[in-house]
Amino acid sequence: MATPEVISRETGLGDSGYKYGFVTDVESEVIPPGLNEDVIRLISEKKNEPEFMLEWRLRAYRHFLTLVEQEQVPQWANVDYPPIDFQKIVYYAAPKPKVTLKSLDEVDPELLATYEKLGISLEEQKRLAGVAVDAVFDSVSIVTTFKEELAKHGVIFCSFSEAVQNYPDLVKKYLGSVVPYADNFYAALNSAVFSDGSFCYIPKGVRCPYELTTYFRINYAESGQFERTLIVADEGSYVSYLEGCSAPQRDNNQLHAAVVELVAHDNAEIKYSTIQNWYPGDEEGKGGIYNFVTKRGRCQGVNSKISWTQVETGAAITWKYPSVLLQGDNSIGEFYSVALTKGYQQADTGTKMVHMGKNTRSTIISKGISAGHGSNTYRGLVRVNSRADNARNFTQCDSLLIGDQCSAHTTPYVEVRNSSAHLEHEAYTSRVSEDQLFYCNQRGMSTEEANALIINGFCKEVFRQLPLEFAVEATRLMELNLEGAVG
Amino acid sequence: MQQQTAYETPYLEAFDAFQGGHASGDPAFIQAHRREAIERFGAQGFPTARRGNEAWKYTDVGPLARIPFQLPDPSRGALVKQGQLKTASFGSGEWPKLVFVDGTYSEELSNLPRSRNGVTICNLAEAMTRRPEVVEQHLGRLASQEENGFTALNAAFVHDGAFVHVSKDYAAEHPVLIINLSSGKHPDSVSHPRALIVAEEGAGATVVEMHASLKGSRYFTNAVTEVVVTPGATVRHYRVQRQSPHAYHIATIKAEVGRDATFDSAAVDMGASLARNNLGVTMAGEEGHAALNGLYLVGDAQHVDNEVVIDHAAPNTSSRELYKGILDGKSRSVFHGSIIVRKDAQKVNASQADKNLLLSEQAEADTKPAFWIYADDVKCGHGAANGQLDENALFYLQARGIDRASARTMLVRAFAREIVQLIDLAPLRDYVDRQVIKVIPQLQSGAA
Repeated sequence: MATPEVISRETGLGDSGYKYGFVTDVESEVIPPGLNEDVIRLISEKKNEPEFMLEWRLRAYRHFLTLVEQEQVPQWANVDYPPIDFQKIVYYAAPKPKVTLKSLDEVDPELLATYEKLGISLEEQKRLAGVAVDAVFDSVSIVTTFKEELAKHGVIFCSFSEAVQNYPDLVKKYLGSVVPYADNFYAALNSAVFSDGSFCYIPKGVRCPYELTTYFRINYAESGQFERTLIVADEGSYVSYLEGCSAPQRDNNQLHAAVVELVAHDNAEIKYSTIQNWYPGDEEGKGGIYNFVTKRGRCQGVNSKISWTQVETGAAITWKYPSVLLQGDNSIGEFYSVALTKGYQQADTGTKMVHMGKNTRSTIISKGISAGHGSNTYRGLVRVNSRADNARNFTQCDSLLIGDQCSAHTTPYVEVRNSSAHLEHEAYTSRVSEDQLFYCNQRGMSTEEANALIINGFCKEVFRQLPLEFAVEATRLMELNLEGAVG
Repeated sequence: MQQQTAYETPYLEAFDAFQGGHASGDPAFIQAHRREAIERFGAQGFPTARRGNEAWKYTDVGPLARIPFQLPDPSRGALVKQGQLKTASFGSGEWPKLVFVDGTYSEELSNLPRSRNGVTICNLAEAMTRRPEVVEQHLGRLASQEENGFTALNAAFVHDGAFVHVSKDYAAEHPVLIINLSSGKHPDSVSHPRALIVAEEGAGATVVEMHASLKGSRYFTNAVTEVVVTPGATVRHYRVQRQSPHAYHIATIKAEVGRDATFDSAAVDMGASLARNNLGVTMAGEEGHAALNGLYLVGDAQHVDNEVVIDHAAPNTSSRELYKGILDGKSRSVFHGSIIVRKDAQKVNASQADKNLLLSEQAEADTKPAFWIYADDVKCGHGAANGQLDENALFYLQARGIDRASARTMLVRAFAREIVQLIDLAPLRDYVDRQVIKVIPQLQSGAA
């Protein structure tokens, strides 16, 4: 994966700077900033969408308007930012295609170079075996690799736009079935204006032969990115999916409001991993991405399993709670998270595990690291409904503090309505212990090395849930991000 | 919000009669304090707006707000005989005792030794003349009117209450009992019990607050207690709530713990249809320590909510917090704990735990243990656990010839014991243990 040579100082960044902050010079097709019904109709028209999509978007938009009127902008998260002017955002920006793409050879070389620089090679022969990629640039998907290979197994993996064209029935059936447009403020906005994203369907009994990957890139200056991902695992299937993201370094804040929906049928398993490395803003806290994301999975069938793993190192503000609705009996939900805030980054992240079926189990492991002026909040909900007999939950959310200007918060909610539930919750907050440092120093390690070792150890439980090559990348990302922050 | 003002009207109307009536002789500073408070209550109202109202997320005070509770008519004083106090009393006859019936101080039932050894124990009305400087300095300082509508409402009707003051380097010889009794003779009445406990430098005191009722009637108790633990002082504060099953009980307890001071607290909640306790402790000086323990046993449709906030404002402070709940019937418990560690409050050591035992299918336990940490050199941990009685343990006891009901009582009592044994006052410990044993079969009456 990403080796240091791929993204080097050629980006003109300082030593500890954000290494993905360059801008790609491509001609873009842009709908002027602003939000109204015409913009939504235009987005829908550009994507040549069927009627039901437009209607759905408009319903979402009207709901969004009522929320704006009632001043229902969510205020409860422990993050601080000036009000967002939704009329100043560009809701659609796409690199101008030269011709209709038939193969990778026809993709704008500038774009290919961009992904190359990001360490995401779109040329199949150069890829690690067994990883298929969907590359999303601003509002549109550029290319999806290994499509034919996947098709042989009956796996559908394509951009959301293509899915709307080619599999409208599947889209109609599942879109909004886990995260309805009225779910929350940003979900409503996303439902109205979302431009692209990934769609994935694993048919019955198929174990997806590739790791599926989507790489999101915001490039255009004033644009927001509103993508939507939908993954459906039919009975007895398995898929492992990974998303990555980055954006250029700019002084203004850009909004990223995505929605991810997962559906797991009987005996199906979805493993969803995220490495989030949006531009976090500069050292003064200027600029950066607002990452306001709604992610939810539904374990609809018996014995189904959904596992979220996230490594959150980027974004000025992160507001995200990947959740699992445990509907099917014996279903399993997991959440593994490492969230790092440094500089002036703020993160309010966690999960919701809603136990509805019998014998459902959930595990939550959350590791928060705060450095610099960072603020890190774990916010989680474990709810056991009255019919969810024999539910089990184990939660551990630990925080590590580095420096005396940062803060760490933990606000778990535990709601139990069934006496047979067995729940355990543990949390611990501290800094890197002097004893540990001393021990390492005494073995000849520098303080910086020792800190890196200890922090990696702190994150290990989460990293080992990642697919191998991404685990290596996550470790490196952590080290890069913490350069100069500790010691 | 418009429609809610109707809920507040009876209280706003009662205020004028109260301020101009039998409370008109109070010192000017108290009168001014009350006027300010009623205005604030009028503006704030009851915290019934639940959406986005995090502090009241799991507790709806709507049913309470909808009933126009009245101050009991002071001319129809309730006659309570000494013998009727028995159920609410324990310990030695020597112990100083302050008794309030429906919010009114009862001199006959109280037992106050002559003020000596630097210890002043009296009702608040008397303290306003005997120790006005202490009252003026501390009353309403910790339990701010701005806290919520309930504290403002209590402040608006503050007239009498309990007053305990221990001078520098003195220790109160005996524990002090404060008994708030509801006679049940004034249906739908409200009382606003108030207590002010001040331990000056190096002083020591143990105070037990009891809330009990003689009849199972409906009434509303809105209590506020302030505890000032100045540097080097030690205060043990115990609270037992055994209100009528139809009562509404709101209690706010605020404590400030100074340098090298210790605040030990235990709260036992068994009664009331709706009980909400706001316990707030500020660790204001280095090397201060607080231990906060709680036990709640509820059944039927009872609702008990404990909000516990520990604010570590000074470095090198420690706190330990353990709450345990036993729930049966359709009861519901809420634990909402926050540990705050302020910026630069380094070397803080704080732990917090809430454990619930659910005896019924319909009971619900909501737990929210939170940290807000702004300093790095800290050790903070919290835990929460929910479960039911261990079938294996029940089986083991039954195999030893103990019937199932007794086995259950034994296990539930053992679960409660962890808290009971933390009560550092033997007569109270025994009293609570007896109450636990008494209440367990009642809790289980509905269970299979």
